[in-house]
Formats: sequence, structure tokens, C-alpha cells
Amino acid sequence: MIETKKLVKRFGLKTILRGVDFSVQPGEFVALLGPNGAGKTTFLRILASLSRPSLGSVKVAGYSLPHESAQVRAKLGVVSHMPLLYPDLTAEENLQFYARMYGITNHQSRITEVLQMVGLEPRRKDLVRTFSRGMQQRLAIGRAVIHDPEVMLFDEPYTGLDQDASEMLDDVLRSVAAKGRTVVMTSHDLARAEDLATRFDILSRGVIAASATQNELQSTNLLAFYKQSLAAKN
Amino acid sequence: MSSPPSPSFFKATMAIVYKDLAAELRSRELLSAMLVFSMLVILIFNFALELDIKVRQSVTAGVLWTTFAFAGTLGLNRSMAVEKDRGCMDGLLLAPVDRSAIFFGKAISNLAFMLIVEAIVLPLYALLYNEARIFQPSFLGVILLGSIGYIAVGTLLSAMSVQTRTRDVLLPILLFPVAVPVLLASVKASGGLLNGATFAEILTPLNLLIVYDVIFIAVAFMVFDFVVEE
Repeated sequence: MIETKKLVKRFGLKTILRGVDFSVQPGEFVALLGPNGAGKTTFLRILASLSRPSLGSVKVAGYSLPHESAQVRAKLGVVSHMPLLYPDLTAEENLQFYARMYGITNHQSRITEVLQMVGLEPRRKDLVRTFSRGMQQRLAIGRAVIHDPEVMLFDEPYTGLDQDASEMLDDVLRSVAAKGRTVVMTSHDLARAEDLATRFDILSRGVIAASATQNELQSTNLLAFYKQSLAAKN
Repeated sequence: MSSPPSPSFFKATMAIVYKDLAAELRSRELLSAMLVFSMLVILIFNFALELDIKVRQSVTAGVLWTTFAFAGTLGLNRSMAVEKDRGCMDGLLLAPVDRSAIFFGKAISNLAFMLIVEAIVLPLYALLYNEARIFQPSFLGVILLGSIGYIAVGTLLSAMSVQTRTRDVLLPILLFPVAVPVLLASVKASGGLLNGATFAEILTPLNLLIVYDVIFIAVAFMVFDFVVEE
């Protein structure tokens, strides 16, 4: 479903990604972990067609980037720590706008379905600027799944959320993944990643330093695996 | 593999226009800033120049286009900053549509805001400067052509400048030199009309305005994707 080969990204003289080989099978939930500055966000932005790779190949949902980026974007939902919502529009108007941008016909029933999924149906007529950070992030997930994408990318979705909001987001993420979608999530919260993901890849200094599935990790915990991977790389 | 559905170019463009107008109708941040600024400029010119009626009439085109250019820059900066500050530009770029639809959507809503400001400023100007000739249809046509060119190039450049830390300063620095031809042609054409020039006499600036509009709309259509991509 996702495949990158020898992916390199440079910003001027600085090389952020140094030949990333990465592959995700349909239905997998991959947690992409790593320290600050490892290149996680840059990597996700390339997968989302928001950034152009300097070298290497990228395929998402069977389409190549950057040449077939519109086809990739149609199959992709992205949630970052920014909600990508308009504060002066209501929850419903925000979803209507994105539904139009994705060419969804009969979007009213889909909007109701999505608002029910993220638990915001009673607040559909309220302006987004009146929402708490947690509610905005739930609506951001609704925005990202409005077109029923096959692939979901989550970039630090828990940033700035309190405990209750994080737990609610866990449930929403589980329901998103339960529909057989392919998910790649970056996070610094190892406990949450361990709870949600089926595979863990460690990105360090611009390359995938280690990878393990949940089954392979049963004898050890994710924190130990994470520390060992970073130590080996350094 | 079948291609996934995607919206038509026109529908995506209109979705952005509708979204911008609906958000502005609620917040009124952009329009109120542009309007207050325009009114202040008109008032300052009125008091600073202390002109007699005859001279006032000769500076009308210059005063109006100075006002529109500065107010337009305010609006252009704010319109793109709203998208950038909350990451909404990424939301737009993630839509499965040709990215030039984003340019056209933003440009049409920016033009709508500028025309609304002009529609309020022109009667105020007529009142303060005792100048009723600015309501003749040909003069309004020149205002429209000039505004289209200014907004086309301004929307493209604001998409560039908004990605920098110094965007508030950078946009006017980038925009004014590039917009000199459209501003000069607009002042020449509208000034000529107010001074009773024939259509043939203002044909050169009018042609320049039309060519400028066409060129910058075409350039923006071709390069917008590269401007907004990392």
C-alpha cells in the first residue's frame, strides 16, 4: 500500500532523509517512532504529497509521487497536530467544505455519519473556535476520513491533548483502523503507540534504524526496543 | 486500477470562494481592516493636500489607486495568513484537485473583498472630493480591470510570501514593483476618462491592463503548484 525506495530529502545543504526504504502492507497500523529531528514529519509530508522528494521513489495506494499526486491525495487522509479547520465556520460547514473539495456527492448523509463517529453530532452547528483542543482534533479526524480514504497518516495527533481527550482520540483511532485502513502514525507517546499499532519502525538520523511487529516484541517492551535501536544507530 | 473520484476544477474553486465569503461574513476581520484603512487614507489625503476643486479632480485617479493598492495588500496578506497560520493551506493542498484551483478560489474571493471595499470607498470619495464622475460605467470598468490584475499577481505573490517569517513586510516589497505596470495603466486610463479623453486616447493603457491581466492569470495557473510545494 505504501512503498518508498532510497528516499532522500534535502533542504538546501541539509539532508533530512538519507535513503529511506519503507513498506506498509494493506491494513497494517505502523507507528513511526524517533527522536525530534529524525525526519518523521518530513517523511509523512512526502507521503502526503505536500513535499517533493529530492531522490528516490514513492508509491502510495498504487500511484507514484509526485507524478500522480492528485490520485494519491484522493486515497489519503491526513491528521497532524494542527487541525486544518477554519475557526469561523461551524463543524458542519468545515466538513461541507472538505466534502466539496473531495468531490463527494450527497455529502450531507456522510457528514452526519462522520460527526457521529467522532462524537460531535450535537455540536454540528457550533463554530469551531468554541471547541476545545480535543474536540478540534476529533473533528480533524472527521475531516480526514470524510472521503473514506484507504490510507491514513497521523502526525503527532496527541500533541496538546489532555488525558481525557487523548483517551477519546484512542477510541476514534481504533475505529478508524478497525475499518481495514492502512495507518502510519508518528508519535512520541510510546505507550499509546504500543497499544494501537501492529508494527513499530524507528526513524533515526534520516533512515529506518529498526523495525519490529507487535508479535516480535512480545518478549520485550517497546521502550527497550526503541532505546536499543537508537543506541545501535548512534 | 480505476482512478478515484475527484471534484471538478470549477466546483473546487467555488468551494474555496464560498468558504472564504462565509468565514469573512462571520469574522469581518479582513473587510473591516481594509475598509477602515481605505477611509483613513482618503481622509488623510483630503486634509493633507488641501486642494481646490480643480486640482482635486486631477488627482482623483492617483489617490484612488494608491488607496486601493495599499488596502488590497492588507487583504491579500490576511487572506493567505488565515490559511497558513492554522495549517489550512495543507488542508487545501491535500485535496485531489489541480492546485491552480486553489489559486483561482483565493483570487476570486480576494477580488470580491477588494470590490466590496471599492464599492464603499468610491461613494465616500465622491462625497469628500465632490467628484461624481467616478460613477461613469467606463471608469468602473477600468477599476475592475485594474483590480483583477492587481489581485491576480498579489494572490500569487502572497502565496510565496506567506511561507516566510517576514511575510507582512515581504509582500509589499515583492508586489509593488511587479504591480507597477497595472497601477500605472490603471491611473492613466481612469485619469484619462475623468479628464474627458476619448476611448482611442486611453486605448494604450487599456490594452496594457488587459494584457497584464491575461499574462498574470496564465503565469499563476502554470506556477502556483511549484510556489506552494516544499
